[in-house]
Amino acid sequence: MTDSKYFTTTKKGEIFELKAELNSDKKEKKKEAVKKVIASMTTGKDVSALFPDVVNCMQTDNLELKKLVYLYLMNYAKSQPDMAIMAVNTFVKDCEDPNPLIRALAVRTMGCIRVDKITEYLCEPLRKCLKDEDPYVRKTAAVCVAKLHDINAQLVEDQGFLDTLKDLISDSNPMVVANAVAALSEIAESHPSSNLLDLNPQSINKLLTALNECTEWGQIFILDCLANYTPKDDREAQSICERVTPRLSHANSAVVLSAVKVLMKFMEMLSKDLDYYGTLLKKLAPPLVTLLSAEPELQYVALRNINLIVQKRPEILKHEMKVFFVKYNDPIYVKLEKLDIMIRLASQANIAQVLAELKEYATEVDVDFVRKAVRAIGRCAIKVEQSAERCVSTLLDLIQTKVNYVVQEAIVVIKDIFRKYPNKYESVIATLCENLDSLDEPEARAAMIWIVGEYAERIDNADELLESFLEGFHDESTQVQLQLLTAIVKLFLKKPTETQELVQQVLSLATQDSDNPDLRDRGYIYWRLLSTDPVAAKEVVLAEKPLISEETDLIEPTLLDELICYIGTLASVYHKPPSAFVEGGRGVVHKSLPPRTASSESAESPETAPTGAPPGEQPDVIPAQGDLLGDLLNLDLGPPVSGPPLATSSVQMGAVDLLGGGLDSLIGGTNFVAPPTAAVPANLGAPIGSGLSDLFDLTSGVGTLSGSYVAPKAVWLPAMKAKGLEISGTFTRQVGSISMDLQLTNKALQVMTDFAIQFNRNSFGLAPAAPLQVHAPLSPNQTVEISLPLSTVGSVMKMEPLNNLQVAVKNNIDVFYFSTLYPLHILFVEDGKMDRQMFLATWKDIPNENEAQFQIRDCPLNAEAASSKLQSSNIFTVAKRNVEGQDMLYQSLKLTNGIWVLAELRIQPGNPSCTLSLKCRAPEVSQHVYQAYETILKN
Amino acid sequence: MIGGLFIYNHKGEVLISRVYRDDIGRNAVDAFRVNVIHARQQVRSPVTNIARTSFFHVKRSNIWLAAVTKQNVNAAMVFEFLYKMCDVMAAYFGKISEENIKSNFVLIYELLDEILDFGYPQNSETGALKTFITQQGIKSQHQTKEEQSQITSQVTGQIGWRREGIKYRRNELFLDVLESVNLLMSPQGQVLSAHVSGRVVMKSYLSGMPECKFGMNDKIVIEKQGKGTADETSKSGKQSIAIDDCTFHQCVRLSKFDSERSISFIPPDGEFELMRYRTTKDIILPFRVIPLVREVGRTKLEVKVVIKSNFKPSLLAQKIEVRIPTPLNTSGVQVICMKGKAKYKASENAIVWKIKRMAGMKESQISAEIELLPTNDKKKWARPPISMNFEVPFAPSGLKVRYLKVFEPKLNYSDHDVIKWVRYIGRSGIYETRC
Repeated sequence: MTDSKYFTTTKKGEIFELKAELNSDKKEKKKEAVKKVIASMTTGKDVSALFPDVVNCMQTDNLELKKLVYLYLMNYAKSQPDMAIMAVNTFVKDCEDPNPLIRALAVRTMGCIRVDKITEYLCEPLRKCLKDEDPYVRKTAAVCVAKLHDINAQLVEDQGFLDTLKDLISDSNPMVVANAVAALSEIAESHPSSNLLDLNPQSINKLLTALNECTEWGQIFILDCLANYTPKDDREAQSICERVTPRLSHANSAVVLSAVKVLMKFMEMLSKDLDYYGTLLKKLAPPLVTLLSAEPELQYVALRNINLIVQKRPEILKHEMKVFFVKYNDPIYVKLEKLDIMIRLASQANIAQVLAELKEYATEVDVDFVRKAVRAIGRCAIKVEQSAERCVSTLLDLIQTKVNYVVQEAIVVIKDIFRKYPNKYESVIATLCENLDSLDEPEARAAMIWIVGEYAERIDNADELLESFLEGFHDESTQVQLQLLTAIVKLFLKKPTETQELVQQVLSLATQDSDNPDLRDRGYIYWRLLSTDPVAAKEVVLAEKPLISEETDLIEPTLLDELICYIGTLASVYHKPPSAFVEGGRGVVHKSLPPRTASSESAESPETAPTGAPPGEQPDVIPAQGDLLGDLLNLDLGPPVSGPPLATSSVQMGAVDLLGGGLDSLIGGTNFVAPPTAAVPANLGAPIGSGLSDLFDLTSGVGTLSGSYVAPKAVWLPAMKAKGLEISGTFTRQVGSISMDLQLTNKALQVMTDFAIQFNRNSFGLAPAAPLQVHAPLSPNQTVEISLPLSTVGSVMKMEPLNNLQVAVKNNIDVFYFSTLYPLHILFVEDGKMDRQMFLATWKDIPNENEAQFQIRDCPLNAEAASSKLQSSNIFTVAKRNVEGQDMLYQSLKLTNGIWVLAELRIQPGNPSCTLSLKCRAPEVSQHVYQAYETILKN
Repeated sequence: MIGGLFIYNHKGEVLISRVYRDDIGRNAVDAFRVNVIHARQQVRSPVTNIARTSFFHVKRSNIWLAAVTKQNVNAAMVFEFLYKMCDVMAAYFGKISEENIKSNFVLIYELLDEILDFGYPQNSETGALKTFITQQGIKSQHQTKEEQSQITSQVTGQIGWRREGIKYRRNELFLDVLESVNLLMSPQGQVLSAHVSGRVVMKSYLSGMPECKFGMNDKIVIEKQGKGTADETSKSGKQSIAIDDCTFHQCVRLSKFDSERSISFIPPDGEFELMRYRTTKDIILPFRVIPLVREVGRTKLEVKVVIKSNFKPSLLAQKIEVRIPTPLNTSGVQVICMKGKAKYKASENAIVWKIKRMAGMKESQISAEIELLPTNDKKKWARPPISMNFEVPFAPSGLKVRYLKVFEPKLNYSDHDVIKWVRYIGRSGIYETRC
């Protein structure tokens, strides 16, 4: 009899036909029909319409049919809760069946039906089954408690199932014990505080006894549970270790790894002088090596774990280098991991063998693998000094192969070797320079440029080489640009006479034509250094470099210790703490609570998924799309490359040199050897540092904002700095639109025309929504008032402070630059009222570190008044409570970029100061939200 | 724990889908297909994280088995379970193929319901499962109460792998020592790494609940016993072997092995793998491969390979195959060999040289001229190693079975009545010489 035929029926009207068959009188036909239904269900078709008909088949003597119907029920009960009730009677009846297999089946299935109404009926049968005479039923019931807890935790506690479950730990049957341990461990995870498992020497002893008797899976549950226990002293730790070590000979790799976890953890408590400590270390190596003869997938898990173990206790595997040699047929993921461990184990004793291997690998075909092998040779040179020379010559051999990616990778590592052993291997520079043209990867280009700059005095044509890179300066990546800037400055300091022109060229490229703040900053620093004190410049730029460490890419020690506690689990495979990849909503215990973004609704969407990332760099869990916070956070975490590619980016390109002029004036008056290119007129008369003082003026200005939500206009650009143009202004928000109210005054003696305005990129993407329209020419002493509408769809770049806005205004005379701070409340949107439930959930979900508390002094308002005042600025009161005479206002607001801020405002009648607690996923904004509160409440 | 389990065919169509946890949505099944099965690049990891959901997969022929979870599960356990799942399916219906899976989908669902509960693996010993998952649902209706409780106590019991009341007229057992010898040798003949991974497979046809004890020439045991008589130590010292590590079937009492290094157990009925072991010292390498590759200009390669057999002349090695890789731009090959047959297989980019039989302490040679097409491909030929396959009738590790004692106190047969067979087979694992 073959069942494959059920997969083939795909005609129309199928559901209708099935319905008829399900209601057939013939048993065989019924069973056939149910099979067809299950087959369709598997292939993803929706057969939920058949619910009543399938459930009708449930009362049968045929066990196979019953199981099929149960399978269907588990799948669809949730979508048809009312219909599912129909099944309850059968379940309850089956739980009383004389056949233990049927009793167990019923209790197992009931737990999988996640319908509240059914859950209530489950309690009585479950209670009976937990005390059933048959161990098979008890072990099934034990797991069922965990299922029920997942549906309704409160119910499980109320019904006292947890105590019954605890009793099962002392059950006579090892499998019941194992399942009870598994269920309790899972439940305990969601109650970190409760001492559910209550591990003490007595219960540990019971677990260790069961360990010898239960199935391989049960052993894993028990060992994983043991690993959470902390022995009271080293003697207890040793005695547990002694009883766990036999597990290292188990055929099941998971049992072995879980045993290794327990041993690695408890070993911490043992004194290193103890004989036993040494014995244990010796016992750990063979089983770890044996794991490498398992199937490739398990080898991969084992290797990721060995990587951790080798970092924690290198002595365990120090003699086992050979087993990590790569085999020709190993899958690529195994090869890459082995390579990693080889480097970690490399030492003076085995370096010759390792190098010979690495050289072999460098001729393989897989590009990633070859690159990693080449890089590994460099790391060996840095790690084992005696081998450095051999490594360098190996790398030179590889460069001779002219295989493009090999050459590039080799150059990147040679740079590090130069840093580690200065003035030793410079003879190879000539060979490196021959390959200059073939370098097309930023990292390799940057490395080569660094080498040229560092050894400029020994390379005759260093200036030509660097100049050749300069031609395409703007097309280079940031990494290369920064390196090129530094290299040319080094060159200039070493050979000042011939390279003056070159250094001017690169400084102007970096400061005036670049929109990258890092590059500009670095450019200006060099510029000022060179112009004020060339000797100091030499000391700074050509200073001795700190040594580079021997071990790169080590896992940070606290993380390593945490990961050791997770040996065998996914965390050890990803090399990330569970909080980084486990959804937080289900109350998983976190050993540490880093702020993270929980995105539930789009969690499954494939487009946000990192696909097939190489195991070396496991996918960072990328915040899902639609998580607007990601935008802001990216600015923090990501490299300072250009902002998100928005449609307006071309407009923003125009604002590139916003800062140029302002800072230009900084150095304009100083005695720089040669003035910068004539394109930007030096503002000789301006006092040094004017741009900055401007900024400070405004900072203090913000504190004194007054008026109802709209601050009075403050002077943003004094006339003396802008050739007679004075600009003052303020920001407003009215019915959803933001505008900048400007007042332009002409204090010069000539007429001003051709006004235009642009903003630099800023934290919230503020940009003019329309051009600056000054209709008539502005005659001397005339003032004009303009309201400039703003949008928030401009390019985003995080500013410091967050609400800083850099503005350029142009007229027929010149371009002027100034910066100002905008009050954050202009960004509070109208639909910022959060639903109460949502508020509660979000408040809980945001980690406590993100909470900020502020005092608002001298604000004698009552709750009512405060609430209404805040409401008109789009801060909405979600709920209000009176606790011990204090009024608590729970408020929410939303920023234009979708960031929610939750607030708790505590007002004490009679006390003029109130307390504001803010919670937000982007804690940076809190300070500014507080300022907005203060401004609004006080005016 | 495991949140769900999916089986796909090579096209990514779902054959089996069983979800155990509420946190696994219906789209998980598609996410894996889109991101892994249909991914353009080669799979770079057996564990994939897609939007905070982790997928573990293994492949059997062209069938994909994927386990999915949202929690921090024991990853080693998940893979072990997937392998076990494959074993169980194979024991029920043979090869894991699309056709077999479709034909047995009801059975597979029934098995999945039994061996995974809420994502926790349960007893998955085929011996036990076959007593009550039979695909003949009616049968269970006619079981007596004793039969039922016998089933449940076996499934949950301490000896979950064997049922009571087994009877044979002839008590018999077979022991196979199967070893695979692995070698990586440099072109100069230096051993870069060599190890033997061995398995002791036992087929037992014994009545009742027999207590067995297995003994081999383990150095540690022999030295311990030899302490009394110095004479014996010197004699047996040579014959004993150092075992780097060994693992045992779950029937073996591990604590006893740990304390006394004795291997005692009650075996499952029929065939099972008693132990696996690994040795690295004093390995007998049955063959030595001596390669000589010479590049004659840019369009010609001359290859000469000599193989030498290194064991007792009275023994015969069989199924010898030497695989000499050729460059991708090979246009023609001429081969001359002293013994056996050699052929250039263009589709496999290799010269395959086969010899049916070869006695110990012999030597044979092949020489080939490889014509190459001129290419301007900058990538160098990776020169894969020369690999070898063979089978020899001895254990390259030197392992010897010393005894296998059987005690069954309740039934009236003694150790002497059991017929025992022992066989040694040494095969090549990855046996490579770089050239």
